[in-house]
Amino acid sequence: MIQETRRVLKNIGKINPESIDDAIRAGAYDGLKKALLVQPADVINELMGADLHGRGGAGFPAGMKQKFVSESCMHCPQRYVVVNADEGEPGTFKDRIIMEQDPHLYLEGTIIAAYAVQASKGFIYIRGEYHDSIRKTRVAIKDAYKKGLLGKNILGSGFDCDIEVKLGAGSYLCGEELTMLESLEGKRGNPRIKPPFPAEKGAFGLPTLVNNVETLANIPFIIAHGKAEFRKLGTEGSPGTKIFTISGRVNRAGHYEVPMGVTLQELIHLAGGMSEGKPFKAALLGGAAGTFVDASMLEEQMSYDNLKKKGATLGSGAVIIFAEGDPVVEALHNCLRFFRHESCGKCVPCRTGTAQLVKSAEQLRNGHPDKKALLEQMIRESTIMAATSLCPLGQSPVLPLKSAASYFSRELTEIK
Amino acid sequence: MTNPLQLMCTQQIIEQFAPEQHNLLNILHALQDNHPQNYLTEQALDDTARYLGLPKSSVYGVATYYTMFSLVPRGRYIVRVCTSVVCELHKAGRVIGSLENMLGITTGETTPDGMFTLELSECLGQCQDAPSVMVNEKVYNNLDDNRLAEIIHQIRGSQKTANR
Repeated sequence: MIQETRRVLKNIGKINPESIDDAIRAGAYDGLKKALLVQPADVINELMGADLHGRGGAGFPAGMKQKFVSESCMHCPQRYVVVNADEGEPGTFKDRIIMEQDPHLYLEGTIIAAYAVQASKGFIYIRGEYHDSIRKTRVAIKDAYKKGLLGKNILGSGFDCDIEVKLGAGSYLCGEELTMLESLEGKRGNPRIKPPFPAEKGAFGLPTLVNNVETLANIPFIIAHGKAEFRKLGTEGSPGTKIFTISGRVNRAGHYEVPMGVTLQELIHLAGGMSEGKPFKAALLGGAAGTFVDASMLEEQMSYDNLKKKGATLGSGAVIIFAEGDPVVEALHNCLRFFRHESCGKCVPCRTGTAQLVKSAEQLRNGHPDKKALLEQMIRESTIMAATSLCPLGQSPVLPLKSAASYFSRELTEIK
Repeated sequence: MTNPLQLMCTQQIIEQFAPEQHNLLNILHALQDNHPQNYLTEQALDDTARYLGLPKSSVYGVATYYTMFSLVPRGRYIVRVCTSVVCELHKAGRVIGSLENMLGITTGETTPDGMFTLELSECLGQCQDAPSVMVNEKVYNNLDDNRLAEIIHQIRGSQKTANR
C-alpha cells in the first residue's frame, strides 16, 4: 500500500516555523552551504541532472530555466529572482503548507537559485489573502539576515543577496509569471506579450528567474544529497516527489507528498478513500485550469509526462474528487464563473468569451433545446479564445470544458 | 483585532516605504489596513500618487484592479466566503445564505452598525477543511450554521469589550 514519502515536507509539524534555530537543527541551509562552495554553473548542472520540473503547473525544467537566466544579458546591471507564491489555483494549497510550516526551506532554495543565476536581489510575491504565509516568511527573512544567510557576503562567500516580500491583492491572473512581474512593479495585473520571456526581460526589464515555492523547496535536497539521490524517487520522465492537495469527496482531504507516478486510485486511498463510501465519479486534476477525468483514469500514473500523453494535466497538483450524484455541470459552471471573474479584460476574446461561457453553462444547467449543439459551441468558442488570448487565462477554459465534454457528454447533454 | 498602525496618519504610513512605484501595492495594503473602515480614501490615493511621483490615474487604476482593495467604506470586519469549486461542493451556498440571514444584509453590503461587510472570494486555499470563510486576517473552516453563529457572536462580543 502506498505511503507518503516526505522529502519537501519532512519538517512539517516537527519544527517551529518561526524558529530559525529549529530549522537549522533540522538541516536547513546545509544545501546553501554546499552550493556556495562550488561554481554557480555547477549548481545549475546539478539541477539539470536532477531534471526537476517546475511545480507551479507548467512543469518546465527548472535547471534549464536557470541556465537561460544565467546566460542572459551579460552586461545587464542586475538580475532578479522572483518567487511565485501567488497560489490561487482552486483546490491548490501546497505552497501555503510550505510557507506556513517550513518557510526556511523555500527561502534556502531561493538563495541557492539566486546564487546559481547570480541575482543579488529577490522578491517573494505572496498572495494578499495568505496572511500567515506573509507573516512567517517575513520572520524567516529577518532571521536569515541575522544569521548572515542573506545580505552582504553570505556566509563569507562573497555573494550578496537581498530578499523582500511583495503582496498580491486578490488577482488569480498575477500567478502567471509575466503578469506577476507587472504587479510586482506596482502596476495593474495585465499580461505582457511573450516573448520576451522573463529570462531575457523580466522584472524592471532585466533578466529574471521566476520559480514556484514548491520548485524552490526541492532545491536544497538536490544540492545537499545530489541529483542521483533525488532521482531515486519518481519516474524517469518526472523525477522526485510531488505534493498533491486532495479535496472534495474523500475522507481525509489534505496535502500528501508522494513520488511522482503514483496512481489516482492510490491518492484517493491515501486520502482515506471516498467519503460516505460513495462511488467515485470524476476528478478535476490541476484545478480550474485543469482537466476532468473519469474512472477510466484511476489506474493511470500521476506524472507530468504520462498525464500529458493521456490528454490530462497534473498542473499544480490539485486533485478534486467528485462522487456519484455530484453534477459535473455544477463544477464546470463554477470553473467558468471563476475565469469570468479573473479575466483582466485586456484581450477581447477572453473578456467577452469568459462571460459568454458562463451564460452557456447556465443554459446547460437550467435547460436548453439542443444541449449537444450548445456544448459543441462552447468548445468551439473556448478554442478560439485559447488561440486569440495573450495569457494562460484565456487559454484555460478550453481545458475543463473539453475534458468534461469528452468524459461526461451524455450527462451534460441529456434533456431533463 | 486592533491594528498596530491604527493611529498613524496616511503620510506616516506611506513614508515607511521607499518612494518607488514597485512599492505601490504594499503601500495600498498598509493604508487600507490602517483605516477602520477598511478602504482607501481619495486622500490616501492622492497622497500615494504624489509620494511615488505617479499620475493619480495610475494609482486609481491599480487600486480598482485588485479585488482586495476597496474605494468605498466597508465594515470593521470583512467576511470573505470562499466560493471555489471545492467549497461549493461542501455547500458554500448555504454558508452565504446563513451569513446573509445572521447579518441581515446581502452579499456586498455592510451591516448598519458598520461592523461587517460580506464579500465572496475565490479559492482561499483551505480546501482540506471546506467550507471556509476569512474574517479580516483569520480563517475559519469546517463551517456549519452553529459555528458561523458562534464566530459572529464572538466577534461582536470582543468588539463590545474593546469599546468599553
